[in-house]
Amino acid sequence: MSQKVLAALTAAFPDAVVRTGSAHDDETAWIKREELLAVATWLRDDPAMAFDAPVFCTCIDWIDWRPVGRPVSEHWSETKPRFTVCYQLRSVAHKHRIRLEVELPEHDPRLPSLADVWPAFNWQERETFDMYGIRFDGHPDLRRIYLYEEFVGYPLRKDYPKEKRQPLVRRDDLPVNPLKAPHARHESDNK
Amino acid sequence: MADAQSLKQLVLGRKDVQDMSDEESELPPELMTVNMGPSHPAMHGTVRIVLTVDGEKIVKSDIQPGYLHRCFEKESEYATYTQVFPYTDRLNYVSPMINNVGWAMAVEKLLGLTGKLPRRAEYIRVIVSEMSRMTDHLTCIGASAMELGAFTPFLYFLKAREWLYELLEKISGARLTHSYARVGGVVKDLPLDFEADLTLCLDKIDPVIVDVEKMLLSNKIFYDRVVGIGAMSREDAIKTGCVGPIARAAGVDYDVRRDFPYSVYPELEFDVPLGTTGDCYDRYLVRLEELRQCARILRQCMRQIPEGAFVVDDPRVAMPPKKDAYNTIESMIRHFKHIVDGIRVPPGEAYAFLEGGNGELGFFVVADGTGRPYKAYCRSPSFVHLSTASQLIHDHYIADVVPIFGMINMIGGECDK
Amino acid sequence: MGLELSTTRLEDAAKWAKQSKLARVPEWGRKFSLFTYPFVTACCGMEFMSVAAPKYDIARFGAEFPRFSPRQSDLLMIVGTITEKQGPALKRVYDQMAEPKWVIAFGVCASTGGFYQNYHAMPGADQVIPVDVYIPGCPPRPEQVLDALMMLMDRIQDGRGHSQLRLKRDQMIASAQSDDGQ
Repeated sequence: MSQKVLAALTAAFPDAVVRTGSAHDDETAWIKREELLAVATWLRDDPAMAFDAPVFCTCIDWIDWRPVGRPVSEHWSETKPRFTVCYQLRSVAHKHRIRLEVELPEHDPRLPSLADVWPAFNWQERETFDMYGIRFDGHPDLRRIYLYEEFVGYPLRKDYPKEKRQPLVRRDDLPVNPLKAPHARHESDNK
Repeated sequence: MADAQSLKQLVLGRKDVQDMSDEESELPPELMTVNMGPSHPAMHGTVRIVLTVDGEKIVKSDIQPGYLHRCFEKESEYATYTQVFPYTDRLNYVSPMINNVGWAMAVEKLLGLTGKLPRRAEYIRVIVSEMSRMTDHLTCIGASAMELGAFTPFLYFLKAREWLYELLEKISGARLTHSYARVGGVVKDLPLDFEADLTLCLDKIDPVIVDVEKMLLSNKIFYDRVVGIGAMSREDAIKTGCVGPIARAAGVDYDVRRDFPYSVYPELEFDVPLGTTGDCYDRYLVRLEELRQCARILRQCMRQIPEGAFVVDDPRVAMPPKKDAYNTIESMIRHFKHIVDGIRVPPGEAYAFLEGGNGELGFFVVADGTGRPYKAYCRSPSFVHLSTASQLIHDHYIADVVPIFGMINMIGGECDK
Repeated sequence: MGLELSTTRLEDAAKWAKQSKLARVPEWGRKFSLFTYPFVTACCGMEFMSVAAPKYDIARFGAEFPRFSPRQSDLLMIVGTITEKQGPALKRVYDQMAEPKWVIAFGVCASTGGFYQNYHAMPGADQVIPVDVYIPGCPPRPEQVLDALMMLMDRIQDGRGHSQLRLKRDQMIASAQSDDGQ
């Protein structure tokens, strides 16, 4: 059912759609980042499309992508875009779904914000910014949502270590684990 | 007299009330900033709201979630597909079975096993999902009623929830965090005499629902506190991404079980209650009616459940039975590989969604051929609903924040992942 | 089994006989009228609700009244995962409580972080405040919670809670200094 959506989208925006795909019952369209706002507005307003219900917005970090059983050319390399931001949409009237994906390079992870088109993406884009560092141009209030302002770094990127904590407050009489804090040695060690 | 007045002013730092004229003694019309949370009895989860109030009316609000951000996505990248099940339990911890089933469905979509599960496994999944949905609605209504001062419905519903917890403990071994579903089915079959136990449980719960309905819904105090509060129009509900009982209370006729049916829901008969105004009263009504529909689905399932296997018969996905694992070398190696390496899912990405206690709960999984997910994103309805709370509490009193937050059913674990 | 129990009861009786009766009364009063501040964050909150519910009634132990103000409570129950973002709020709530105060870490997330070992979940609430009783379990069964409450009550009776020991130490230092002064 959603194949018609992909066909109509490619017909309406032939230069914006990089490629389309349909796998595991999901229809996906890769869109160029400059055309994203126009495509999104058309998808919402066109009566045959009527994508009025936003579902989710997230990002994939491809830097560790080495799929098993695929040729080495599919592994990530410096020439390929590092991030892909995905938007999933749904139509209440026609009951079809589509996923828009936008590929972003590592040095310039910015794309236009869809918070004005669908208000649900306001917080979801803040979450993507918080976790991956993607900047959304035109977002009314782009700040961290899950983590605190003092946090440095974007934790869901593959190069952020899972257990790297940035504590805000600790007890001052906390016992020190000598295995994890090797600099804090007892003074009798050197004697 | 003038000396006494000036002395008083010196001491107080301002004019004393008796010395002020009528205009001066009006309360200053400044806006005040009030902080609610993160540890607050009226917050269902742990969330901080910074309210700017004019007297008691809310002018602006800034909702700050993230106090329970437990890094579900990052932890999933380091765990095998089966090890992610306990993490999903703790997402929406009032209806944990539904999260388990959702994650299993997402991985099965990537493996191409959707629709190929044994029918008994599908029925078991539906049964435990509906039981979890019942615990979700019981907790939500009970806790919200308690926050409005109605302590008795809370105790009655908690008593009903205990019966369900005992039954869920009999099925899965744990009262709250079950980790019962597995990729390809469930971890073990239903216990003996389950049908009798469940029928007894439902027969005990039905009069409790009737009691609480009588206590709450024709109670003038309760009515005055929730009618007209936090109303949401149908268009607002759709474009802000609201799903589940909140959207249905606003008139959006969307239920994943009926519109994008999965598992054995096409064979089951149930109604989807719809509200009109989208205020807190409608949300209560929708949830109460859904409790009854859950009981109806459970009774049908007990009549229709077939005999058979509880997990798909695919060695790449299912663990071998213990008898084989202890006696044959192939099964032992298979068991070992499943636990250490995990289920090898071919590379791809898929989004699977189902009807959670709060609405459309979805898992977006990117697999890279190893036994660990490359990315696991949870589309949590509570997060989306919390983002609408800001406009729902606008222009209401501080006391109205309590029923609105209660009926949004913002589960902290799901909202903050 | 019965013989072991009666031996422990004899030991308890001997210990009690050593203390004077009047000295036991304040601690006895405190332990049977704990006002809890349930600092509820996560899934353990559901089990806390079950403990407060009629089946596993915590009211039998006198601890039924949750006081949602730290100024009015003396038992801080940290129910659920504490994250780094929550740390300052937890410390503030603990500091606002009046002495003597006790802390129960309810659940394995509040005790050691549980299976959440990542950049945001604090590895235990005792990174921020001193904890008297740890309840493992994810979530702990209500019977475990009641067992922990009884352990805490024994501690309160013996005067071995962290804040009670702190008070005693401050009193000893103050009396030692006044002795030196004299």
